[in-house]
Amino acid sequence: MIIEKELTTKYLTVSMGPQHPATHGVLRLVLELDGETVVKCTPDIGYLHRGLEKLAENKTWPAAMTLTSRLDYCSAVANESGYCLAVEKLLGVEVPERAKFIRTMTCEMVRIASHIIWLSAHAIDIGAMTVFLYAMRDRELILDLFEMLCGARLLHIYPRIGGVRCDVDQKFLDGLWDFTEKFPKLIEEYETLIDQNRIWLQRTKGIGIVSAEEAINMGLTGPVLRGSGVPYDIRKIAPYDAYDKVEFEVPLGKNCDVYDRYRCRMEEFRQSNKIIRQCIEKLPDGLALNPDAPGLDMMPGPLKKAAPAPAPAADGTPASKVEDGPAFTEIYSATEVPKGELGYYFVSDGTGKPYRMKVRTPSFIHISALQRLCVGVLVADVIALIGTVDIVLGECDR
Amino acid sequence: MDNNILYSGFYKLLGITGEPGALAMTVAALLAIVVVLVAVLLHVAYATYFERKVIGHMQMRLGPMRVGWHGLLQPFADGLKLFFKEDIFPAGCYKTVFRLAPIYSLFAALSSLAVIPFFGTFYIANINVGILYIFAISGVGTYGIIMAGWSSNSKYAFLGGMRSAAQLISYEVAMGLSLVGVMIMSGSLNLIEIVEAQQTHWYGMYLIPQFLGFFVFAVSAFAETNRTPFCLPEAESELVAGYFAEYSGMRFSLFFLAEYTAMIIMSSMSVICFFGGWTLPPFLTDAIPALNMVPGVVWFAGKVYFHIFVFYWVRATLPRYRYDYLMRLGWKVLIPLALVNIVVTSIIKYLA
Amino acid sequence: MGRLEIDMGPKEAAEALKSSFASEVREIAEFKGGQVSVTVAKAKIREMMRFLHDAPELQFQFLSEIGGVDYMGKKEPRYEVIYVVFSMPHKAYLTVKAQVPEDDLAIDSVMDIWVGADWRERECFDMFGIKFNDHPDLRRILMPDDWEGFPLRKDYPLQADLGDREWKGYLDVVALYERNKKYEVHSR
Repeated sequence: MIIEKELTTKYLTVSMGPQHPATHGVLRLVLELDGETVVKCTPDIGYLHRGLEKLAENKTWPAAMTLTSRLDYCSAVANESGYCLAVEKLLGVEVPERAKFIRTMTCEMVRIASHIIWLSAHAIDIGAMTVFLYAMRDRELILDLFEMLCGARLLHIYPRIGGVRCDVDQKFLDGLWDFTEKFPKLIEEYETLIDQNRIWLQRTKGIGIVSAEEAINMGLTGPVLRGSGVPYDIRKIAPYDAYDKVEFEVPLGKNCDVYDRYRCRMEEFRQSNKIIRQCIEKLPDGLALNPDAPGLDMMPGPLKKAAPAPAPAADGTPASKVEDGPAFTEIYSATEVPKGELGYYFVSDGTGKPYRMKVRTPSFIHISALQRLCVGVLVADVIALIGTVDIVLGECDR
Repeated sequence: MDNNILYSGFYKLLGITGEPGALAMTVAALLAIVVVLVAVLLHVAYATYFERKVIGHMQMRLGPMRVGWHGLLQPFADGLKLFFKEDIFPAGCYKTVFRLAPIYSLFAALSSLAVIPFFGTFYIANINVGILYIFAISGVGTYGIIMAGWSSNSKYAFLGGMRSAAQLISYEVAMGLSLVGVMIMSGSLNLIEIVEAQQTHWYGMYLIPQFLGFFVFAVSAFAETNRTPFCLPEAESELVAGYFAEYSGMRFSLFFLAEYTAMIIMSSMSVICFFGGWTLPPFLTDAIPALNMVPGVVWFAGKVYFHIFVFYWVRATLPRYRYDYLMRLGWKVLIPLALVNIVVTSIIKYLA
Repeated sequence: MGRLEIDMGPKEAAEALKSSFASEVREIAEFKGGQVSVTVAKAKIREMMRFLHDAPELQFQFLSEIGGVDYMGKKEPRYEVIYVVFSMPHKAYLTVKAQVPEDDLAIDSVMDIWVGADWRERECFDMFGIKFNDHPDLRRILMPDDWEGFPLRKDYPLQADLGDREWKGYLDVVALYERNKKYEVHSR
């Protein structure tokens, strides 16, 4: 007589992180594995939460800008530009033309730098060590240029409300022009190593497919969305700074997989290069900072009183304002940072400090998308997926 | 043992003439083992140094530069550091097996050195089933990895151990089959006779008729030594060193030594079976008789160093294979190729 | 996304919303930069969002952000949950502000319309304590799971020295340090 017992297997729960070389920061992924396949993926964030939004409520507008570089620390100028743009719209401050071009130029430089970090991390996670070092060598050139410009390599705090902190000089422009001459060949160096490599193609083609509708529904932005073929680029839809005065293309993907997003970002390298060259050529003369803009010595002011309470609506519902309450003005302003769409929602009460600063960061949404993307793939693909959505935990946790 | 310079050298040293007794043979064997071990372990130590240097230069950086002139004393610095590190046992680990695993791995790697003839007269033992012995020992070496992964009581190490064991077993089949062609052509399993058989052809190397076998052997060698592109078990960015993640200090260095020794053994096997060992092809020695004056060890060492350089080169260049592609390659591509090689070789040998 | 006859800006979209849900819409405000915000009551927020998402002439398919604001003492009701939506064919942003009073701190979740609303609503709950009905997994996201209090409320201090009432995780770390101090190698 043979007695059969039911064979039960349990899923293996592995916690990747928070200290892990591949998770690009302090991210914890709790994976439930069935052998090599991931059955469930639960991201756990909050390890880098510094309370930026609460801190900003206690600082004046210019002072709160220093907090924004710490969001996506790989592309500091882009975050700060977005902040300054939002505040300028809110306070009604004009920006001189020269400052707009300088901001565009530095944002594109930082886009190249941030995509270099993406490429290095993505490649080394999949195993190609050499691409990491070649790309970092070129990032040094950009960081040296930033040091020449504003003294800081990583957290620049370069834009100001109403312009930029200091003007560019000819030496910097010459250095930048030389860089743009060299850069296309350097991009080809990276591509030679991995673009047609059969192992790279096996690891990236057909992985992480997100259709366009799913991507829009999940709220993905940036190259992750454009890899699925959706032409959503804020620089084209609602141009800010000098983006309507330069010509560039927005690369789109077809197959919605990891390889297409990789190609999108490689093309963005070339487009950023093109934009920088046009900015250098078209740079107008003028001021770099609006002298009437609020400076760092701005002091918080008194509460602005509202207009008297409006009359109740026709059907008797009272208006929803407290008598003699403050006037709140608000704005939502979005810019295209290297990782996606960075949005600032400000509520201002007229005291010179943000009443509420809410930052809409792309990495927060992309990590939540990982929950759905990682189901049913192998453990090695989880690494490729983290690399392709290009997350930075400083931005996610704020 | 008659024409083995190691043993005859030791007999002269010990002052024995004529037929050596059992005690003399034992002592001479032990001395021979010591000589070979010291030589190989020094090579292994410097293999780690040269890996960092070579890969560094390929990546436009310098590698170790501080310890000694251009970092030449780096292996000793690393060894000393690992020696003094704290001996950590993970909580809940199975202590006996934990202690045994690195010793087992190193034992498997070093035992294979016993039959490798470094040049015609320099070997510890010359057995008639040299190739079979090496495969048997490397098969046994798989146990060390499984023991390490399981006894660490850590999920990462366990996953790494399982993956590695599956990989090793799959590629052993392909490796064995790829050498069958060499065995057919040379008619023997004895490593010295394989090299001498290659000398009978004008091209001097089995690489030329057995290119398919060499290709399969080379790919399997990468997989057997857990090197890129098959370095999945120790993929740093996925499992943080895989099956030896929980080891520290001297135990970790034993695993490391085992890995590099395996690299040297695979290179030596490839040199002996496919590249003519310590000899040059006859058409070269006929053309330039002066080359005969160069001792065989120079050619053997040169060829092995070239193989190890290719190991480093591939590590710097290629990304890593995913687990299912690795398995697919081993079972569905390499084994059929090796079988085709065997069939074609047998037909040609039968007709010739 | 089909062809549309009129080019609808955010103001027209807000008017369309008001004409469909007149009882819920409290106010339409236009502020600088051409942005329009619609203040609504929270009761039918899910239907309003679905209307904005599905209506063929509106097509606000992209949810940019969900956030909370605390107007303690300055405005009644106390909380507002803002939804910023974007329409791809019209290239227009619209801000919908749902008012949530303090004594009924709950609002419907829009997760069935946008899957990406998941974590943003969790963050709103974590920071303000606003509950989202029908959310499958409403728990803290940025703060530790056993944290007490809701940090972004206006009555939550920026800095405070709580002594023994600190978060337990921090007290554990301090205790561990005290216990292991005797193994310190360096003398102080």
